[in-house]
Amino acid sequence: MLSDRVGFPHKVFGLLSKQPKQNTWFQRFPSLGAGGGNDIQWCFSQVKGAVDDDVAEADIISTVEFNHSGELLATGDKGGRVVIFQQEQENKTQSHSRGEYNVYSTFQSHEPEFDYLKSLEIEEKINKIRWLPQKNAAQFLLSTNDKTIKLWKISERDKRPEGYNLKEEDGRYRDPTTVTTLRVPVFRPMDLMVEASPRRIFANAHTYHINSISINSDYETYLSADDLRINLWHLEITDRSFNIVDIKPANMEELTEVITAAEFHPNSCSTFVYSSSKGTIRLCDMRASALCDRHSKLFEEPEDPSNRSFFSEIISSISDVKFSHSGRYMMTRDYLSVKIWDLNMENRPVETYQVHEYLRSKLCSLYENDCIFDKFECCWNGSDSIVMTGSYNNFFRMFDRNTKRDITLEASRENNKPRTVLKPRKVCASGKRKKDEISVDSLDFNKKILHTAWHPKENIIAVATTNNLYIFQDKMN
Amino acid sequence: MHSFMRDLTFLSKLKVCTSVGDTTDLYCTDMSRKVELSLLLYGLLLSSMGEEEGLHQTQFLDTMFVRGLKRKCFDGEEDIEGTLAGIKAIPSYNLQRQSLLDMSLVKLQLCHMLVEPNLCRSVLIANTVRQIQEEMTQDGTWQMINTQSTGQASLDRLVSTDILCRSSRDQAEGKHVPAYGTFNKDFESDQAQDSSETMSTASSVQAPRNLQSNVWEMENPQENKGNFQKSLDQIFETLENKSPNSVEDLFSEVDNSYYDLDTMLTGMMSNTKMGHCDNLETFSTPTNTASNSNCKSDLNDLDHIVEILVES
Repeated sequence: MLSDRVGFPHKVFGLLSKQPKQNTWFQRFPSLGAGGGNDIQWCFSQVKGAVDDDVAEADIISTVEFNHSGELLATGDKGGRVVIFQQEQENKTQSHSRGEYNVYSTFQSHEPEFDYLKSLEIEEKINKIRWLPQKNAAQFLLSTNDKTIKLWKISERDKRPEGYNLKEEDGRYRDPTTVTTLRVPVFRPMDLMVEASPRRIFANAHTYHINSISINSDYETYLSADDLRINLWHLEITDRSFNIVDIKPANMEELTEVITAAEFHPNSCSTFVYSSSKGTIRLCDMRASALCDRHSKLFEEPEDPSNRSFFSEIISSISDVKFSHSGRYMMTRDYLSVKIWDLNMENRPVETYQVHEYLRSKLCSLYENDCIFDKFECCWNGSDSIVMTGSYNNFFRMFDRNTKRDITLEASRENNKPRTVLKPRKVCASGKRKKDEISVDSLDFNKKILHTAWHPKENIIAVATTNNLYIFQDKMN
Repeated sequence: MHSFMRDLTFLSKLKVCTSVGDTTDLYCTDMSRKVELSLLLYGLLLSSMGEEEGLHQTQFLDTMFVRGLKRKCFDGEEDIEGTLAGIKAIPSYNLQRQSLLDMSLVKLQLCHMLVEPNLCRSVLIANTVRQIQEEMTQDGTWQMINTQSTGQASLDRLVSTDILCRSSRDQAEGKHVPAYGTFNKDFESDQAQDSSETMSTASSVQAPRNLQSNVWEMENPQENKGNFQKSLDQIFETLENKSPNSVEDLFSEVDNSYYDLDTMLTGMMSNTKMGHCDNLETFSTPTNTASNSNCKSDLNDLDHIVEILVES
């Protein structure tokens, strides 16, 4: 019917969506297929975690990461646990919603340790999780705390051998003279069991706290970065790593800059970047020398003199750096903004998006209560057209690079009916507060969204509040 | 005339939120008390420099800083002597800069007490301190502060060091401290017994100390007291230091094994296990004694060991 064709593009999609969603290519990349005007409508899908306001410290989520297919979603928490959610196979009859994520595996990745030499406790908090691409039936991920990286194998077992006649029921071996036939055991189905086992432990290579791990595109090596050094590892070798960046000064009194994040280029296996607390990003090529202390490129934006204050350096400190999937761009997150850099242009970013500029006038208070040191992460969508990052008051922001539009949404249990479209939020910086706006002074700075992740192929996002994980998807008709 | 009851009321209304979320710092209730202390300290320093009306001094600071570096040299000098009481004036640039410096120094020192200080945070705060001091040196303000009568500066010093040191000493001796709000005589006589840095005349300091001691009373002794005292002394010494290289002094070695920056920044100084305190409440909630008592026994043992180490 003509009236069905007229209207918003997603209605057109709805008309054509009689078949399962995967088959239609524009379902996968709605922002590519639809052309202008197709703003995604985000809907609540699920929330995981305790309902109480009383947050147990061990439950604080410290990292969120989708695997390469998007079928698995891993979270790490302050208690050293990893919880993996798996997306259900899509229900053919329920074509209007994607599969839900349910708990697939939970395991204790890291335990608290004590460094006897320094009399310091080593936190078990999981700082980062990175998935390896799947090569066989099992899944592999790297998880790290402040000092130790572990390679975990997550495998399924849904059959078990039965029919041994060499042992009794209780496991004792039978007297061989009583065994008269040779019986070959057969595999019989059993309830699915998911096992996680640590396959490699990469320890004792970092004096300072590990803040990043990144798997190389060769899928054989990976890097781990702490405050002052970056090490290169081979996934098979645990007793050795190569130091590739070392910015520790000979005299620690001269220390003015630390490494805050590092990542390998998605396509070029000899290229990586690392960001610093002074707002610079250095791109290094491992082919140039063994120790990549001299950068190949230095990305830095000159300071805006009109915005200069005592907090300028602190807010310029980069908390996260992420390459685009294409490898052509990289995104950095500093305290107030998100910047997109073209790898070919070092002197300034190509795009800058203000996340919460209204906080600029509150920097002193935020310095006082330490919120200014919060490390927000950022992420790209699958097609590199939208970037997302978190803010305070359980708000998170998305910036569409094509339409230049942005949206602020809130992760809260108030809108927790599935397929409820999220209402855009707005913060009133000053002056008269309009209806439905929130004033800066009533923002809750304890509710911060530091970790977000975007499904590599679909419009599904995972947003972590302090101890809850929210999953949102775009509205499908 | 400093009306400290009013100041304290104001200070108690200072709303501060700690990061409950994902920080690499191990904040526990002890830390929250220390941060609260640093705020009290900073508020006191502000008050001691000049009367401020209103409850939201940090808002003034924010307004001040958002303007960038608009200096009011002339205003600055007047303000240091004493502002116009009772007027909601935006504090002078120099005053605010000084407050920021003091706040940063306290933060820096406090963070050394954590089990695992966040190196990035320490470096950023240290850079801020350096920046302020460089500016003050260029200004000539630094020299000015040194040459002017040290009454004020020493008051600050007395206030800060004594509150902090006294609180730790209190805990060591298990003193019973009078409750908040009572400026009683036997409290003063207690003070007379204190050897170093006794507040002789500054009665104004009594009230905040009361409050602070009351707060600390509820806490277990969680610090390496000797170190804390030493390092704080060192910090405040550098404030009065003639040479402008105070930041280097902050990091310079007083005692090789304890004050090496590397070990400082990687938390070697702090020998107490804060890690076992697993409550990260904001310190607006006063009911943290339960979690504290869990730490008490561990920390008491460690304290004892540390005291021995310090004395050696």
